[in-house]
Amino acid sequence: MCFEAKRLLKLALGPVLMLVSAVVLAYGPEVNQVNMAPGVTAVGERIYDLHMWILGVCTVIGVGVFGVMFYSIINHRKSKGAVASHFHESTKVEIAWTVIPFLILLVMAVPSTSTLLEVYNNDDAEMDILVTGFQWKWKYEYIDESGENVSFFSNLRTPQSEIHNADPKGEYYLLEVDEPMVIPVNTKVRFLITGNDVIHSWWVPDLAVKRDAIPGFINEAWTKVDTVGVYRGQCAELCGKDHGFMPIVVNVVSKEDYSQWLSGKQAEAAAIKELMAQTFTLDQQVERGKAVYERSCLACHGANGEGGVGKAIAGSAIVTGDINKHLDVGINGVPGTAMQAFGGQLNDVDMAAVITYQRNAFGNNMGDMVQPIDVYNHKKG
Amino acid sequence: MGDHHHGPAKGLSRWLFTTNHKDIGTMYLWFSFSMFMLGGTFAMIIRAELFQPGLQLVEPAFFNQMTTLHGLIMVFGAIMPSFVGLANWLIPMMIGAPDMALPRMNNWSFWILPPTFLLLASTLFMEGGAPAAGWTFYAPLSTTYAAPSVTFFIFSVHVLGLSSIMGSINIIATVMNMRAPGMTYMKMPLFVWTWLITAFLLVAVMPVLAGAVTMMLMDVHFGTSFFSAAGGGDPVLFQHVFWFFGHPEVYIIILPAFGVVSQIIPAFSRKPLFGYDSMVYATASIAFLSFIVWAHHMYTVGMPVAGELFFMYATMLIAVPTGVKVFNWVTTMWRGSLSFETPMLFCIGFLVLFTIGGFTGLMLAIAPSDFQYHDTYFVVAHFHYVMVAGAVFSMSAAIYFWLPKWCGRMYNETMGKTHFWISFIGFNLAFFPQHFVGLAGMPRRIPDYALQFTDFNMMSSIGAFIYGLSQVLFLYNVIATIVAGKPVSDPKVWDGAEGLEWTIPTPAPYHTFETPPKIDPAHAHS
Repeated sequence: MCFEAKRLLKLALGPVLMLVSAVVLAYGPEVNQVNMAPGVTAVGERIYDLHMWILGVCTVIGVGVFGVMFYSIINHRKSKGAVASHFHESTKVEIAWTVIPFLILLVMAVPSTSTLLEVYNNDDAEMDILVTGFQWKWKYEYIDESGENVSFFSNLRTPQSEIHNADPKGEYYLLEVDEPMVIPVNTKVRFLITGNDVIHSWWVPDLAVKRDAIPGFINEAWTKVDTVGVYRGQCAELCGKDHGFMPIVVNVVSKEDYSQWLSGKQAEAAAIKELMAQTFTLDQQVERGKAVYERSCLACHGANGEGGVGKAIAGSAIVTGDINKHLDVGINGVPGTAMQAFGGQLNDVDMAAVITYQRNAFGNNMGDMVQPIDVYNHKKG
Repeated sequence: MGDHHHGPAKGLSRWLFTTNHKDIGTMYLWFSFSMFMLGGTFAMIIRAELFQPGLQLVEPAFFNQMTTLHGLIMVFGAIMPSFVGLANWLIPMMIGAPDMALPRMNNWSFWILPPTFLLLASTLFMEGGAPAAGWTFYAPLSTTYAAPSVTFFIFSVHVLGLSSIMGSINIIATVMNMRAPGMTYMKMPLFVWTWLITAFLLVAVMPVLAGAVTMMLMDVHFGTSFFSAAGGGDPVLFQHVFWFFGHPEVYIIILPAFGVVSQIIPAFSRKPLFGYDSMVYATASIAFLSFIVWAHHMYTVGMPVAGELFFMYATMLIAVPTGVKVFNWVTTMWRGSLSFETPMLFCIGFLVLFTIGGFTGLMLAIAPSDFQYHDTYFVVAHFHYVMVAGAVFSMSAAIYFWLPKWCGRMYNETMGKTHFWISFIGFNLAFFPQHFVGLAGMPRRIPDYALQFTDFNMMSSIGAFIYGLSQVLFLYNVIATIVAGKPVSDPKVWDGAEGLEWTIPTPAPYHTFETPPKIDPAHAHS
């Protein structure tokens, strides 16, 4: 397997590859990594130092305690003729091993407190991103003061065929998304984190940020990354069936690249707005809808509309029935089933296209179609 | 008098209607072992799926049911009832009482358990499957988003809470009222002390859990919004209520284990327990602290920083009494005359591994670092070091230690030692690498993982299979002992053992201490 070969190579050429990986700037867990990563933020480094320091103190105490214990085990054994003493009390000793650990804890508490205060210092953020956890994907919304927010969903990109072992797994298996979060380097970014349905937790180890995404509440966290690169994390709070399949990828780029990316996204949003007012032909709708289907529907409904987790699209009573009912299922989902509400996830152009596509593909020859304005009106009620 | 010296009734009715603390203790122990095997089977399914990346055996939805039921059954079905069984057998014999104070309630506390767990296990076959929100069942995943079986789960929790509360009241009543004359509190064996304190914890927190699941029931069926922000409630409220129960709960599991170890280490060191008084005070301090540290399970929910600091400091404090305990055990061994029969091996295993679990516990207490540890395999490793190497190892030690007294037959020492070494190796192979993958970034409760974590997960699965198999050996050894072990008749099965249970004949007669024993002041607590 490709990955196996890479791993062997990595073992052999470890130091060389470390240099190479520093050049391509792809971060994430190392193969067989055994310790916390120091990460790429000042806070992350402080947490790492704290972690190593506490681990060190514990190790020293452990060596002492186990040392005494094993000394006894070796030297005070009955088979060696050891005779038991009868001491069983010493107030002095008891006081000593109550007070000394307490003092050690006091010393530990000082850096812990200052690091925690730093983690909680959300002031002076230069930009805000609203992070919303969905079952089972993330939505990122860049808050813009002029109201022109950019928002998009970030879905797992690893195909089902890799998960079900039909295809070899890629290097970033389960840690790759279709559209990563993009943030500028050396900029204090504040995350406003919330959940749409159940509790999720947004975690990127290299950024040392982990905060629960709780429906109805907004949590704050922040980061200031000092190295350009791609950083990978996962949802950390059990959130249902596909909890293990909603990774997080943060692409940290130079400030110039970031503004370029942002204007690109804004232009994209403007173009969608433009398209909303247009009327499309059936062919145009089907072409666009096919792409949307493959991105958003295929995982559950199958490549040929044959169904899977979700019901079959081919010959479905809903898809070949009343067009408004079909649209309603697309927008609002079916409560209590795996069919989610896509109204907030797809823009009106894509929604119109994919509904039209479903009605005119897989042998469903309805011949009718939905326009973006119909979706808009349906949402308005 | 003659009529009172009857033996047990014959047949099934003996077990169904028994009010004898030894019979009830035996039933608790067998029941908990069967739950241990069931929960272990679920663990084997989990580890088999995680043997390599990709989905091979089970689908994610079923995987979540397995992690959930594994946790619930191990905590509520295996560990807790096993220590109640031990308490039933030993507390009357240790304090010189003829039986438990409330024998009929004792029968009832046990007999409501098997149907409850049958009900819980039956959710696996219900539409939508068993509960799948983890043993911590956070709302709203466990309410609005749960399968219909959650209602059966809620009922199960209510009934097993009832069982625990009745069992605890019984223990409290027994210890307070049935001690033989001269058996003052500070002369009680430490196992009795730890259980007395545990029983108070149980009575205090089981109603809180009942409250949590009742609110869930209301949210699911009666339109309330305790845990839904959309209706004015708060999902985080659930976590506060749950962990207000849940943190004392972990000490409910570990304190009786401390008691067991405090009985066995002196016996095989042939030396009295060091610092008896401080052991009692340390246990009480741990119990008190357990009520004010619950939110350290919730450092990432977005508490105000003042709250985080409070819970961090309070949690760090637990290291002090826990440290005192470990130092006392080690000092008990110091300059003793040690021998290493199976119970002692399990106690030393406990001491080493529980201490490691204590260290990771201290690391987890540090709130800023916990942002990196929380909900990763580092936590999974931590709590298996304290729950398995803590509670289960001490339980194994207890069975080997007292089984000869109970049935008058000696277990096979070679097989016992083999059980220990296979358990010890299997356990560490299973759980030590989980520290690594956790620190490297592997979240807990995921059915599939990134390729970087493959090797350690494979090791972990192999270790888990070895540990699982070693329990079959344990079962065989116990049955072989009961059926055909070498008979022993010396009241003091172990030359270093101290305490009233070693003054009665071996095997222990059906009724003991019908007249209270005389307490020799020189032989206060073992």
